[in-house]
Amino acid sequence: MTEEIIIAGFGGQGVLSMGKILAYSGMMQGEEVSWMPSYGPEMRGGTANVTVILSDDRISSPYLKVYDTAIILNQQSMDKFEHSVKPGGVLIYDPNGIIDHPTRTDIAIYQIEGNRLATEMGNKKVFNMIVLGGFLKVKPIVQLDNVIAGLKKSLPERYHHLIPLNKEAITKGMQHIISYKVESALIDH
Amino acid sequence: MSELRLMKGNEALAEAAIRAGADAYFGYPITPQSEVIEYLMTERPEERTGMVVLQAESEVAAINMVYGAASTGKRAMTSSSSPGVSLKLEGVSYLAGAELPAVIVNVMRGGPGLGTIQPSQADYFQAVKGGGHGDYKLYVLAPASVQEMSDFVSDAFDIAFKYRAPVLILSDGLIGQMMEKVVLKDQKDRMPDEEIIKRYGSWATTGKKGRERNIVTSLDLIPEKMEARVHRLMKKYEQMEREDLRYEMIQCEDAEYLFVAYGSSSRIAQKAVQLAREKGIKVGLLRPITLFPFPKQQLLVLAHQVKGILSVELSTGQMVEDVRLAVKGRVPVKHYGRTGGSIHTPEEVLEALEQKIISDGSN
Amino acid sequence: MEVIDIIKPENQVFNKTCLMTDTTLSYCPGCGHGVAHNLAMEVIDELGIVEDTIGVAPVGCSVLAYDFMNVDITQAAHGRAPALATAISRTWPDKYVFTYQGDGDLAAIGTAETIHACNRGENIVIIFVNNGIYGMTGGQMAPTTLPGMSTSTSPYGRDIETMGMPLKITELIANLPGTYYVTRQAVHTHKHVRKAKKAIKTAFENTRLKKGLSFIEIVSNCNSGWKMNPNDSNVWMEENMFPYFPLGDIKVKGKLKQ
Repeated sequence: MTEEIIIAGFGGQGVLSMGKILAYSGMMQGEEVSWMPSYGPEMRGGTANVTVILSDDRISSPYLKVYDTAIILNQQSMDKFEHSVKPGGVLIYDPNGIIDHPTRTDIAIYQIEGNRLATEMGNKKVFNMIVLGGFLKVKPIVQLDNVIAGLKKSLPERYHHLIPLNKEAITKGMQHIISYKVESALIDH
Repeated sequence: MSELRLMKGNEALAEAAIRAGADAYFGYPITPQSEVIEYLMTERPEERTGMVVLQAESEVAAINMVYGAASTGKRAMTSSSSPGVSLKLEGVSYLAGAELPAVIVNVMRGGPGLGTIQPSQADYFQAVKGGGHGDYKLYVLAPASVQEMSDFVSDAFDIAFKYRAPVLILSDGLIGQMMEKVVLKDQKDRMPDEEIIKRYGSWATTGKKGRERNIVTSLDLIPEKMEARVHRLMKKYEQMEREDLRYEMIQCEDAEYLFVAYGSSSRIAQKAVQLAREKGIKVGLLRPITLFPFPKQQLLVLAHQVKGILSVELSTGQMVEDVRLAVKGRVPVKHYGRTGGSIHTPEEVLEALEQKIISDGSN
Repeated sequence: MEVIDIIKPENQVFNKTCLMTDTTLSYCPGCGHGVAHNLAMEVIDELGIVEDTIGVAPVGCSVLAYDFMNVDITQAAHGRAPALATAISRTWPDKYVFTYQGDGDLAAIGTAETIHACNRGENIVIIFVNNGIYGMTGGQMAPTTLPGMSTSTSPYGRDIETMGMPLKITELIANLPGTYYVTRQAVHTHKHVRKAKKAIKTAFENTRLKKGLSFIEIVSNCNSGWKMNPNDSNVWMEENMFPYFPLGDIKVKGKLKQ
């Protein structure tokens, strides 16, 4: 198994930490992992992305052109990464704030309303865990137990009381991710 | 107990410094390597091992603090990124001239000038061709993973003390910023002061006790003496070439074409090897782990086997010159690389091989 | 008194410290460096701390200080001696670490290292010989060259309009809370020599007591660079240097003198 993922959105959405938790989860499961962020003076509201690779084998390039899965959380990232998904790959996005929806028909596309669900849960910060849950529903590459173990490993002790809330968010994401058909969207227009 | 962790390259390097039993780290913040000093400050190494960590007033001061501690036989290191390393080169030249052991880390970013904070490998010439003034070389280790960012710290100290010479770890923003699994080595004890005095008493300035005074200097105003010093340095470099060359060959056995790449580019090139072989193109990868010494002989042997070589670096072509020197014109050698902070993809590397080497009429 | 009596041990009035080597000094006859070297070595000898003393030599006239001072010495890059001393003192906290620097080294190219080592209050001794000129490189203008004073790079005299006033770095660092003892001395007369030696002794004792940074400026002459004979240069120093760089303690036990 090798899963090459790009997660892209605004700084402050928890893009990098979502990738980090995914990488930790993979590590808890005994996989090889790499986590390569875009870095620099990106502020809240700027763009941020991270490439996460989980594999049974030694990982070669941590930096990629095409991905098995793209998790897209804002319009700029949609413009940049929709066409970086390998044919037959997966694109997951939050429709919140998206004007130009994806149009590719050679990939599987899913919507997760992370923003809305996080607001409903009364904690905007669990947004990224909802999206992660959605991803894990579509690509169950790591078991939930290992995600929880990864959370424990990555979070400082003082935040461990938040683990149940994160677990709830992941479960919520798993329940609410829906398939998105490009044809139907075009007819809607 | 060795310990498995998920860490950034910069953090792994910092943790490895503590575990390697380093006595001191002196640094100055610069992107993309500030995590090194941030991690060290957070970890309180003074309490863990007694290691001294100090944020200097400049990169210049930091390297000279390393020089001071090294002159007394202590295991001292510093780290920076390209513009900061330029500032350190005066001190590096002094370390080489005064024959002092020390570890310097460059987490490269794009240049020239203030350049960019994104990854680059454009400091190859600076690293292996001197950089600072005078007749000297650095032993240069090029880590290609977070694991190697960790492992190479104690390796670097070992080499530095074996030869009493400065050692450079030449990394880049990609390796420094990425997270991977890393197996951390067990904690090594710092060397007690009495042991330092006993072991390095023949040269270190630890206080004149029961012996004649020691002088650490790089100055020799008598030309014959200075020439002898330079030749002594050159002998060390020859010994490094004989005894401490490191490289890795990946899928070279049946290779008809060859990538030569180090550090982050070697990771990208390795993926390109995989993509090429999926297309039926037999490519191998030679990864120099040490950039000085350079695997010249290995390249010359491979030059008799392959039809062409592509040197892949995040620069406009620096290491390619050493590859060409090594193969002595026996096989076409071309360069490919993005620069200025752009990173080449495995697909781009493969495409460059196909266009510059395979379909090129010259072979 | 016959010669034979004069050289009898009981009549000996001075003994060269064993911490000065027999190497002939490379300084010009009449220069104050030799005396300053000797004072530092006498103090280290008298305090019995040579086994735990590490010196840092500069770049400048005293670049070869290690040829004359019979103690462990690391020779630093130009201006960086306080950085070296910082690291040595931090990694060997029980050692006596001193730097010996000139005005170009300490107050021009090494200003940042000087100020920051002082500001951090490193537990070291800095001996600063100020002769208002770059001696070794052939008499160029220093940061402490007096207004109107001609040097090879200010042949018409230091123009304060373009070069500013001479830098009083000693007063500057005295104002930093990190410094514990700051004084300005001279070594051209026996009276001044005795005072300067006392100051140097106080400085090394401060190190032993871990009091922090002690800074001793020695205003000295450069008869070659000033193009005078030794006597004239000392007179000129008294008449011109001392008014701008007044002698005496500036800060004692961490308190500025009024």
